Amino acid sequence: MRAPLSWLRDYAPLEAPVDDLAATLSALGLVVEGVHHVGGGLGGVVVSKVLGIRRHPDADRIRLVDVDAGNGEVAQIVCGAWNFAEGDLVPLARVGAVLPGGMEISRRKMRGEWSDGMLCSASELDIPEPPGSADGTGPGLMILPRGLAEPGAPLADALELGPDVVFDLDVSSNRPDALCMAGVARDLAAALGEPWAALSSGSVLPPVDRSVGVAPITVEAGDLCPRFVGTVFEDVPLGASPAWIARRLTLAGMRPISAVVDVSNYVMLDVGQPNHAYDLDRLGGGGILVRRGAPGEILETLDGVSRTLGPEDCVICDATGGAVGVGGIMGGASAEIGPGTTRVLLETAWFQPMAIARTGSRLGLHSEARVRFERGVDPEVAPWAVERFAALLAAVAPAASGGRTLRRGPSSDVRDDAHMPAPAVVRVRTARVNAILGTDLDDGDVAGLLGPIGFRAEAPEPGVHAVTVPSWRLDSAREIDVIEEVARLWGYGRIERTVPAARGGSGGLTGRQRDRRFVRQALAGAGFDEAWTSTFLAPGDLERAGLDPAAVEVENPLDRSESILRTALLPGLLKAVKFNMDRQGVDVRLFEVGTVFFLPGEGRVTPEEVEHVAAIVGPGPATEGAGAVRGGAGGAGGAGAVRAAVLAWSYLAEALGISGVSLSAAAVPGMHPSRAANIVAGDGALIGAVGEVAPEVRAAYGLGGRVGYLTASLDALLGVARRRRQARDVSRFPGSDVDLAFVVDERVPAAAVLATLREAGGELLEAASLFDVFRGGQVGTGRRSLAFRLRFRASDRTLAEGEIAAARQREIDAVTAAHGAELRG
Amino acid sequence: MTSRLTPENTPSIAAAAAAVEADGRRRIEAAADLAALREVERTVVGKRSELARLHTRLARLAPEERRDAGAVIHDARTRLQEQLGRRAAALDAEERARRVAEERLDLTEISTHAWLPRRGHLHLVTQTREELEDTFVAMGFAVAEGPEAETDWYNFQALNMPPAHPARGMWDTLYLRLGEPGQVLLRTHTSPVQVRLMESREPPIYAVMPGRCYRRDTPDARHTPVFHQIEGLVVDRGITFGDLAGTIEAFTGAYFGAGIHSRLRPSYFPFTEPSAEFEVTCPICAGEGCRTCSGSGWIELGGCGMVDPNVFEAVGVDAEVYSGFAFGFGIDRLAQVRAGLSDMRVLLDNDVRFLTQF
Ligand SMILES: [Zn+2]
Repeated sequence: MRAPLSWLRDYAPLEAPVDDLAATLSALGLVVEGVHHVGGGLGGVVVSKVLGIRRHPDADRIRLVDVDAGNGEVAQIVCGAWNFAEGDLVPLARVGAVLPGGMEISRRKMRGEWSDGMLCSASELDIPEPPGSADGTGPGLMILPRGLAEPGAPLADALELGPDVVFDLDVSSNRPDALCMAGVARDLAAALGEPWAALSSGSVLPPVDRSVGVAPITVEAGDLCPRFVGTVFEDVPLGASPAWIARRLTLAGMRPISAVVDVSNYVMLDVGQPNHAYDLDRLGGGGILVRRGAPGEILETLDGVSRTLGPEDCVICDATGGAVGVGGIMGGASAEIGPGTTRVLLETAWFQPMAIARTGSRLGLHSEARVRFERGVDPEVAPWAVERFAALLAAVAPAASGGRTLRRGPSSDVRDDAHMPAPAVVRVRTARVNAILGTDLDDGDVAGLLGPIGFRAEAPEPGVHAVTVPSWRLDSAREIDVIEEVARLWGYGRIERTVPAARGGSGGLTGRQRDRRFVRQALAGAGFDEAWTSTFLAPGDLERAGLDPAAVEVENPLDRSESILRTALLPGLLKAVKFNMDRQGVDVRLFEVGTVFFLPGEGRVTPEEVEHVAAIVGPGPATEGAGAVRGGAGGAGGAGAVRAAVLAWSYLAEALGISGVSLSAAAVPGMHPSRAANIVAGDGALIGAVGEVAPEVRAAYGLGGRVGYLTASLDALLGVARRRRQARDVSRFPGSDVDLAFVVDERVPAAAVLATLREAGGELLEAASLFDVFRGGQVGTGRRSLAFRLRFRASDRTLAEGEIAAARQREIDAVTAAHGAELRG
Repeated sequence: MTSRLTPENTPSIAAAAAAVEADGRRRIEAAADLAALREVERTVVGKRSELARLHTRLARLAPEERRDAGAVIHDARTRLQEQLGRRAAALDAEERARRVAEERLDLTEISTHAWLPRRGHLHLVTQTREELEDTFVAMGFAVAEGPEAETDWYNFQALNMPPAHPARGMWDTLYLRLGEPGQVLLRTHTSPVQVRLMESREPPIYAVMPGRCYRRDTPDARHTPVFHQIEGLVVDRGITFGDLAGTIEAFTGAYFGAGIHSRLRPSYFPFTEPSAEFEVTCPICAGEGCRTCSGSGWIELGGCGMVDPNVFEAVGVDAEVYSGFAFGFGIDRLAQVRAGLSDMRVLLDNDVRFLTQF
């Protein structure tokens, strides 16, 4: 909404400095997004006429333009805009001019050619661009109306651009009353404590002429169009509007067209009543019928598009039933006024907001009328709008009527009160106002704040107001709505700021939230960078990752590649690794903690959401190496990536202090069949998996090298028993190290051997770990040697040689018996 | 040799001692390292040394001469031992210096090496979210979470947006192919968590609700269809709009630091009334005006307001007993402002060159 200050001043003095006015508007919730000072700073800018356009000999994107700068003077201008043609009138900033932005125009050479000034766009002159001229394709010159003025005329004079200020307002959807000058001025005047007064039309207003007659109005769809006011005007002015109307419309962002159309738009911007002027002589039967659309009925709207209507839609027809417009949204082409129109039927109606919203969104049809009607136009403003229309048209007439006298007939007001919003009377308690706002207002304050914006407050008893909400504020119908008005007019900034004394003492992170942070920190500490991959996957992403394709689908995705909700973090992380590899990423290691979605369980409608943690090790020189596992099983090699993934798991498990969890070789979807393990809790619950990504999966994601991967359900992970924070005395006595190497079958997990050692070692075994793996030589195929270092120590004595020897033998016996192992000599 | 019974006297022994000492001095000085010096020590003052042999000759002296000659030998030995000590110290220092020179190490060869173990980095959004959580936790708030996929009821209806409510147009919604058409959606804001919280718990409630949200918006420099929001909810007896403004101000100071303030101005949200937008002093220019704040000195951060009575009614809270406020803003947007990201879309690329900057 663009509001020229001069227009607002039709309603209130508004003499405060512009900055104060802007601040007041914003504080009222009519947020000022821009302030344009127009008409000033245009000295040296003149109307010029394009005589010819030539190629620049030395540049492709700029051209040489010859313009008539007045008095027959031809100037050569270098120009980079392309939206004009020979014969157009365009603004020329002459050498020496200073533009509103501060740019000083000098004679200068551009790519070897002289430019004697600059042709300007509207924004360079800080003139609001008429809609349609800025099509978003790039900067363009301001094209002036043909015949506006002779070349050389000062632009400010030609456009009657006396200095003015235009506020660019962002009006929220609950405030349709502020989509017109009268409404904006009302709020502003109330906040400034100034009087607001409707314009007096005075002697300009043509009297009602009964001889003109009344057009028959029939409303069949009273629920969709509860009020229709029709007024006939005869001998309407032809031709263009006077400059002051054209200028106000332009400043407000509309393009001037002709006197009747301009006045129609002017009235909408002025008092907020969208209206429509029909050529009465082109309306069959000379009247109007308002009905529901017939199924499949087709109407060509003013924008030249054929629209298919239906019974939900309100259709405006002529008296014979022929559709002439979509009610409250857009007129049709058939009864449109034209250059020859002399008799006009003016529609000032009120349409059901919900019906307008439905029809508008179904037809995808946007218009100034729709915006206002669907938010709620003042249902009682129609008669005032008719008066404004009549007065303005009469004021325009001397200039544009060709000597005829405008005549105005009586209005026909068809209204269906059952479907009209009733004026609300709201009970408002002063104590409630203060309880909600934290203010200390008395009854008089409340009434005094509400009065100037039309909320009439009567006090049937102390502390209680009966507030009659004005018809232009349909959004306000409850006590809390009125309290908001009090707050707005009192000023949000004046309300004393307090801090509630938080009671209940329930602040802080939950244990799970703290643990989740800890998981993130542990993985970052292990060298992984945190990623946030998209929740969405493309169809086929899950299959390519070797995963079950069953997944929740998005009904209306922006793009097909975002139509599936992820059931795993793997596809997203593979894509992220690929993204980095394509940019010469080295040693890419990422992790993510995020939600995955599964189809709803029985009896549920929303997806099952599970938080996963996953880490991925991308291919690279550091991970292609053998790692700790020499040769790998069968001499396959390349265990670096999977090793990094397992290390990440071990690091995480140690950091969390979880116990009783084991890796169990298993076939894991998406993973290398012989290089993956499930992570299993002591009670057998599945926590996640770790291993190497299956070769075909990484290939499907465009990754050439081996990829390590770790995934776990966060809840399962955090649900595992944790190491108790319980101190244990450390022994003061020396310990003894014993190394034992066993030859075992490849299928015997090292972890199982270690577990046997721990079990058999009992209390004396302080620590045990695998320190070497050897394959080949005399070990034989299908077997490998696992070397463990054991440290024995007692808490209360130095162990005797015999005790150590006995412990060693127990270990050997246990491993030999449990795993068919041989002690390696 | 010693069996030769040549007559002995003090001068002859003194002469011999002088010769032995002179020879010893030469050899001590000639020792090239500590090992050589130890060998020299053995031959010069050791049990089998010339000096020791000389000592045995004392036996042949008359008793009165024996003491003088003994003193001569003793003095020579003492002097040699002193010299040995000095020489040892010198050689030791030389050897230390040599070893130090040999062991010279340029530590920057390590500190600059590509394969230095590296630390990982938490995502900028995570860091921002945790800072926000910590700030609110310090103010007495709990942190609550809820599902990302929601029903229409939690995302809209309970928040005072019945079906076909025009305000629904404020959010472009992604629907899921589940249940009745339009029934299940990806939450467009974290507000459904407010509803769940109020449904499941009696006031007082002081909580913030961070999480991932979704809108059917074409991505651009300032918007991504997947983004993160944090919302706050306070429900208690006697909560006022002044409490809302004061809480926003307290948060602003605690999070951004001294000199950063907040202001509220009227706005519209279906689930709060009165509603407000809140702005904070531009943290980039401290209110002086810069590109980030379009010269205004203020950054629009989010929306807030008093919980609408219709929302209380939907969740069964008595609006005559309790009142409350809610506020919310974008975590990613805040991260963008603070970190100076020119384009929000980098947050979804997961480019390690970006991730490792934080
Ligand atoms: Zn700034």
